[in-house]
Amino acid sequence: MLIYILRRIASAVSVVIVTLVASFGLFFVAPTDPAGTICGQRCTPERHADISASLNLDQPVAQQVGEYLKGLAVGRTYHSGGLTIECDAPCLGYSYTLGQPVTKLIGQALPVTVSIVLGGAVVYLIAGILAGIIAARRRGTYLDRLMVGTSLGINAVPYFVVALLVSLYATFLPHAGYHPLLENPFTWAAGLLAAWLTLGLANSASYTRYARASMIETLGEDYIRTARAKGISERRVVYRHGLRAAITPIATIFGLDLAFQLTGAIFTEAMFGLPGLGVLTLRAFNQYDLPVLMGGVLVGSVVLVVMNLLVDILYTILDPRVRLG
Amino acid sequence: MTEPQLLPTPGRRPETVSRARRVAGDRTEGQSYLEVKDLTVSFPTADGLVGAVQGLSYSLPLGRTLAVVGESGSGKSVSSMAIMGLHDPRSTRMTGSITVGGEEIVGMTPTELRKRRGANAAMIFQDPQSSLHPYFTVGDQIIEAYRAHHRVSKRVARDRAVDMLGRVGIPNPRRRLDDYPHQFSGGMRQRAMIAMALVNDPKLLIADEPTTALDVTVQAQILDLIMELQQDFGSAVLFITHDLGVVAEIADDVLVMYGGRGVEYGRAESILGQPLHPYTWGLLESIPAVSGEPARLHPIPGTPPSLLALPSGCSFHPRCEFAGRVPGAACSVDLPDLVSRTEDTTRTSRCHLADPAGIFATDILPRLP
Repeated sequence: MLIYILRRIASAVSVVIVTLVASFGLFFVAPTDPAGTICGQRCTPERHADISASLNLDQPVAQQVGEYLKGLAVGRTYHSGGLTIECDAPCLGYSYTLGQPVTKLIGQALPVTVSIVLGGAVVYLIAGILAGIIAARRRGTYLDRLMVGTSLGINAVPYFVVALLVSLYATFLPHAGYHPLLENPFTWAAGLLAAWLTLGLANSASYTRYARASMIETLGEDYIRTARAKGISERRVVYRHGLRAAITPIATIFGLDLAFQLTGAIFTEAMFGLPGLGVLTLRAFNQYDLPVLMGGVLVGSVVLVVMNLLVDILYTILDPRVRLG
Repeated sequence: MTEPQLLPTPGRRPETVSRARRVAGDRTEGQSYLEVKDLTVSFPTADGLVGAVQGLSYSLPLGRTLAVVGESGSGKSVSSMAIMGLHDPRSTRMTGSITVGGEEIVGMTPTELRKRRGANAAMIFQDPQSSLHPYFTVGDQIIEAYRAHHRVSKRVARDRAVDMLGRVGIPNPRRRLDDYPHQFSGGMRQRAMIAMALVNDPKLLIADEPTTALDVTVQAQILDLIMELQQDFGSAVLFITHDLGVVAEIADDVLVMYGGRGVEYGRAESILGQPLHPYTWGLLESIPAVSGEPARLHPIPGTPPSLLALPSGCSFHPRCEFAGRVPGAACSVDLPDLVSRTEDTTRTSRCHLADPAGIFATDILPRLP
């Protein structure tokens, strides 16, 4: 088990490094002129050179990557237009448009996104799985059809419409905004409630169908008949024997969904004015803020790789037949 | 390590058995523990009513083994599931009567059924690989079965589970209790299933083709184990199978089913020695000979009937090679009754043939290996 995890971590690190180098190549080495794009139309050669120097674009590529990695490990110093900027490790670069180190920007945005996504996940997991179980147990009845129909309906509506409906009609909800959890948990939760509901409502539709399908399959298994033959209560049959087995495939989908959402719940953040990772990278994209984009890509790849690893480890806990090695 | 004193010694009932069961057990001592009378089980479907079991009757006293034999779809599993109360009442229609230990099962509420399930009657299934929950330890599953019917602490239930595992021949049971089913071999899994079924000391054990999914060498061990435990526990065993070799080995009585009906019923030795129904002849002929001259197999021609629309008259007549020997069109018009056709009144068969014993002697016996 330990060897497996170490091996997986080693492969995870290599995936992140490949992503880093590839995106580095894409942004900095490709035959584009990032300095020119940033500089704009009325660009003087001096200003162009200055921007190139501040982004280290005047150096050989290998050295640029080396500097970047060195920054991650021990920090680095930037020189721009006579200014000297210290960037402490782990340094992901410096955003000149925002005048802030990228590490600090991501450090501020990540907790927002994590709060939104995890809170929303609690909502859609509970609502979706419960609804799925109810539909599965009443398979073929009107209630089942109603629930499947509703879930398909919600899925058919674009996500931003769901968000719009929540913000228009759920006016009784507290005003959306981000307040750090550690300052005051109540204002933190109040400010995120609308976002949680939106994310939860939209995703619970899919999870209802995953849970329903998985539960129907499980309830048809021989070991469920064995459990019934023991004379235990039907509730125990469904929630202990059934759910225990039905949850495993749902956990896999959830791990990947979560990883995707953590790299930026752009719609939710933008609709409710929450300064998360999605909004940060979107702004960086529009302004061609290369260091922030690089940082976003790097954090995203780390999140994905880590979530994949967690799902695999979770599998060994959920299914005793899976032995890692 | 001290051996916990929880096992019932043969003939003595353990202290933990509930009062209701003790009363029920005493009342039926010596007479039939399981009585099935005119049982009909059908499932309404979009295509019509599927009559899985029709007018089935038999009885089974404690200490005896009844083998129910028939092809797939003959109704043998459906009738045993009905005895366990395992059919979903929303999608099943049931008439007639099933009494287990004197209590009527048909028409019982789901809660009443649940309380008796696993306590009075327990069941072993065909494939232990899929019948044990893969995510719980073997011990967990046995303990759960015991605590479903006994208000005891986990520790007491655990000791009981260790005892049961030891009793079904699993070595080092205290350690193996915490293994998952996938860590057991096929035969051990079926042993664990048997331990789970017998943990509440049920008076009726239903074994639904318990050896079909196992290796031949393991099959014999499991059969021996079931017979041995039946002696110890003094229970009635309903053994569902399509293997006449197994029947010869373990059964006291035999019920042959075809198309949801009983077609032949009686003592095992008389049914295997001189079967009186053409369907039973067909079953005997389709057993491959292991020794002697290699011979052609004689499968029963045709396919099992659709339970949505059974053939008129005797359901077996379209596949019966002797239907022509019955005068007129009786076979395709009248359903024969299941009645005694010999001096032996305990054996019955459902066939219009005037002299089945004679036909068996002249036509069938020479063909058998």
